[in-house]
Amino acid sequence: MTEAMTHNIENRDEFNVEINGTVGKPLIDDPKFTTRNVDVHYGDKQAIFGVDLDVGKNEVLAMIGPSGCGKSTYLRCLNRMNDTIPICKVTGDFKLDGEDIYAKNQDPVLLRSRVGIVFQKPNPFPKSIYDNVAYGARLHGLTSNRAELDDLVEKSLIRAGLFKEVKDDLHKPGTGLSGGQQQRLCIARTIAVDPEVILMDEPTSALDPIATALIEELMIELSGKYTIAIVTHSMQQAARVSSRTAYFHMGKLVEVNDTDSVFTNPEHQLTENYITGRFG
Amino acid sequence: MQTHIIIITLLALLAFSYFTGRKRSIATASLSKGRYNLHSRPQYYGMMVVLWAGLPALLILFLWTAFDSTVVSALTVSQLPEDVQALSEGKLSLFMNEVKNIVDSGNVSDDTNKQIAAEHYKRLSEISLLAKTVVVFVIAVLIILVALRSIKPTLQARNHVERVMTWLMIACASIAILTTVGIVFSVIFEAIQFFKAVPVTEFLFGTHWSPQTAIRADQVGGSGSFGAIPLFVGTLLISLIALTIAVPLGLMSAIYLSEYASARFRAFAKPMLEILAGIPTVVYGFFAALTVAPFIRSFGESIGLEPSSESALAAGIVMGVMIIPFVSSLSDDVISAVPQAMRDGSYGMGATKSETITQVVIPAALPGIVGGVLLAASRAIGETMIVVMAAGLAANLTVNPLEAVTTVTVQIVTLLTGDQEFDSPKTLAAFALGLGLFMVTLILNIISLHVVRKYREQYD
Amino acid sequence: MSTHNTDKIKAKLKKRYAKERRFRAYGIASLAISFLFLLTLMVNIFSTGLPAFQQSYIKLDIHIDAEVLGVTKASDREALFSANYSKLVKGTLKEMFPDAKTRKEKRARNKLVSNSASYDLRDHVIENPELIGTTQSFWFLAKDDVDVYMKGKIDRNLPEDDRRIKDFQLTWIDQLQEEGRLEKRFNTTFFTSGDSREPEQAGIKGALIGSLLTMLVTMALSFPIGVLAAVYLEEFAPQNNRWVDIIEININNLAAVPSIVFGLLGLAVFIALFGVPRSAPLVGGLVLTLMTLPTIIIASRAAIKSVPPSIREAALGLGASKVQTTFGHVVPLAMPGILTGSIIGMAQALGETAPLLMIGMVAFVADVPQGILDPATVMPVQIYLWSDSPERAFTERTSAAIMVLLAFLVVMNFIAVMLRKKFERKW
Repeated sequence: MTEAMTHNIENRDEFNVEINGTVGKPLIDDPKFTTRNVDVHYGDKQAIFGVDLDVGKNEVLAMIGPSGCGKSTYLRCLNRMNDTIPICKVTGDFKLDGEDIYAKNQDPVLLRSRVGIVFQKPNPFPKSIYDNVAYGARLHGLTSNRAELDDLVEKSLIRAGLFKEVKDDLHKPGTGLSGGQQQRLCIARTIAVDPEVILMDEPTSALDPIATALIEELMIELSGKYTIAIVTHSMQQAARVSSRTAYFHMGKLVEVNDTDSVFTNPEHQLTENYITGRFG
Repeated sequence: MQTHIIIITLLALLAFSYFTGRKRSIATASLSKGRYNLHSRPQYYGMMVVLWAGLPALLILFLWTAFDSTVVSALTVSQLPEDVQALSEGKLSLFMNEVKNIVDSGNVSDDTNKQIAAEHYKRLSEISLLAKTVVVFVIAVLIILVALRSIKPTLQARNHVERVMTWLMIACASIAILTTVGIVFSVIFEAIQFFKAVPVTEFLFGTHWSPQTAIRADQVGGSGSFGAIPLFVGTLLISLIALTIAVPLGLMSAIYLSEYASARFRAFAKPMLEILAGIPTVVYGFFAALTVAPFIRSFGESIGLEPSSESALAAGIVMGVMIIPFVSSLSDDVISAVPQAMRDGSYGMGATKSETITQVVIPAALPGIVGGVLLAASRAIGETMIVVMAAGLAANLTVNPLEAVTTVTVQIVTLLTGDQEFDSPKTLAAFALGLGLFMVTLILNIISLHVVRKYREQYD
Repeated sequence: MSTHNTDKIKAKLKKRYAKERRFRAYGIASLAISFLFLLTLMVNIFSTGLPAFQQSYIKLDIHIDAEVLGVTKASDREALFSANYSKLVKGTLKEMFPDAKTRKEKRARNKLVSNSASYDLRDHVIENPELIGTTQSFWFLAKDDVDVYMKGKIDRNLPEDDRRIKDFQLTWIDQLQEEGRLEKRFNTTFFTSGDSREPEQAGIKGALIGSLLTMLVTMALSFPIGVLAAVYLEEFAPQNNRWVDIIEININNLAAVPSIVFGLLGLAVFIALFGVPRSAPLVGGLVLTLMTLPTIIIASRAAIKSVPPSIREAALGLGASKVQTTFGHVVPLAMPGILTGSIIGMAQALGETAPLLMIGMVAFVADVPQGILDPATVMPVQIYLWSDSPERAFTERTSAAIMVLLAFLVVMNFIAVMLRKKFERKW
């Protein structure tokens, strides 16, 4: 592709809309998470530009936007997963219950036990189903005896809606499950640590529709107890599971609002262009 | 004609035929629309002639030269008086060696048998050389003539050349198989001869090794004892010491370099480890014998032990250090093959780095690491120079690392260096040991290569 | 509910981080041990080996006495050659140190200079017969014991019985030093002679040439064969073909077969079956070729594999045949990687010892080999031979020979790294 061609495409009407700060309601009362002035750089490249956004208690916040818009990067800032990437530099204010999570004395290990994460591709450890779920509890020393651990594993699997399918195979390897089961195993693994917030990074993009439906149901159920932030490629999924939706575009947060109003009455032209399928 | 003169003349002939072939192709072609109507470009016609004629001629020359002395010797022997022919194989080869010396030096021997044999040998060699020259050139010239005659514009010279090239490449690739076959046959024949003299069970289960008494095989009771158990135990002892050092250090080095170290430190440390891998084993052997062994001896004495001056420990430690980079680079490969998603999963649960490594990364990489350790074991078992220089010759049956032990490789070297008769039980024993060594390392290699390959497929 | 988990986790964090630090320390310690060993080895070799690059020489004023030699200026070469020069050298020493009384002392006196002194003198006289009858000054190689003492390796404060140089020898050495007749110079002999039983006359030239010839044979065979084999396996070999599978398994296995086994192969096949002369660079090169082939093939295959398919498609699309595409485009593009792998394989072969012991390269060879059929030894085997010699002076020569060998290896690896850096391509 020549430079002239790229230039032309960038100037097409669908994209050529100015972003002047975030429209809608990015900030809310009594938030779980507050983030202000978030910038993220990968080496010399800036991936996120000045995002201000709150995540409410026990809500499901969906983040949508075209590929490379920074939604996953933003999500990974919330439990400092980006710390594991050496060239990634995160700046801005992040507060969980008013506590600065990037403070010097803040421990990423402790933070991640409070803010769990489920990844795009199911990534069970090469261990048994039981050991996968017990992993976090063992790490953090959450249980004091075998019976308690058994109990915790069973409860977590039940909540993740997986127990019935695997109760006789708890000592078989987790990698032997189907894709959807693996992802629910990863969710069970995460809730076994009993976090306050669960981050989900396109958790269903590698799954078939039935497995996806199961996980979406699970998300709605879990939202009663946990705060959930989900990045998704699918606008329909955002509409189905979330109460609020944030639209990201080229590293900027364009619009945040109740899911209904984002999809029925978008304020920003870019949001409208995206949800009506003019690009993406 | 001497062999190298044959080669030079042959090459000149081939060069000439190349240009002739090229010229001929143009001469037979006709111009249409400013292009020759040849199937291939002219040089392919020249090349075809060269390959067709050159390869068989060179092959014959090579084989003839390779088997020349064997055949000529056999023919000479067959013409010797019967009492000479009746000599044992070892004596006969000694006899023939002297005959060859007479031929080479041009001296006259006072032993008439040898003198006659030498004349035979000389005459046969001359006939062989003459025949070789004639055969090689007749074949080359005949093929060149036929090939030149076959040149016409429709001849698919490029395809012919490419077919020959492909076969040449197949031949080169097949050398690997030939090598393996060569190894197997070269050890198996001598080993079978050895097992005719010494029963397999005695070799495998005997606990006494002293081949030195077997120098004079014709002496009564001079058959030596060839119980290889002390050698096997010694080999295992030293290899075990080496692995005890190399596996943890190599693995931890690999973990540190791949998971903790900054890019800058890695860029410095990895080449440093590679230096350790690039040092010749003879240097390690020298260091083990000159520095490490005396150090262990004086250190052991200072704490009230009595280490032997050629202790298994010294050889084992130095061998271990030599294998560290080997283990670490293999582990590095398998550790970096563990998908990042696996690590992310663990970090996401709030695991520390070391928890992630010990509980997720290492278990996931375990098959590959095991494969690497097996390869390292194979290398330790087959390592020669360090043990030759630092472990000594005493075939003690012991597992005490402070005592001197000997290994399979040390014995092979000892039995085969110096001038021995080629087929005394002593030298044959070396081939039996070689067979054992080859089999054991072969099994280890095949298992580990299989394990590593399976492991890689899992994450591809 | 959440808070009590957090407290539980917090309570254990300190311990977990301590474990983390410990784990990390193990990693650093592992590397440190390896580096420490490397450092010890290098310091050890260098400190032992450096003195070998110097050698003590003794100056003698020799009256080239026609009577003692029994020749005249007009004598022919033959007569000059067979004259008794060692008598001249011994006579000179006797004049200088007349105090030697016992047999032992007289023998020690004659052993101040190396026995090569009389050969040096002979060669000089043959070149310049007009010197007969005159008195000339010559610098002769000092005997190894004197040399070792000069390098401070013998402590003169030890009781006389514990040192190789006795008191009367010390007085001679002191006298020589006072007269300026004993000095250390750069050791050219080390680089210009072959092996010798006498440490002061031993050099590495024979082994260096032997190594060079062996490497030439190895390179001439293993490079073309290795590259052609790699090209075949990577570009032409049919997929899922039994023969090809067997070849691949063989190559991978041969890469891990102990080197000494290749020596057995060389002994049984090349020497016993084909009658290749023992101890010759030719047979050494053949064995090392078989040994390095797997390395070269594996490295070349990796290099060929890294050339993207688009290059092949582009050439094939223009009407080039498969062979033309491969040898015209793919192989040249893969050449830096192939060369790097080959140099590393050659470096391995250069340092290899064990298989060469099997094929007789361990024999004592004093002459510098002239061709690939002459008996020869190679650097690593020379190191092995010297390391086995009891004389103290050989220990430092062993280390010095190791330094020379390592220098060659460093240069080869450096070239390989440079090649990789210079031509490294990211497709």
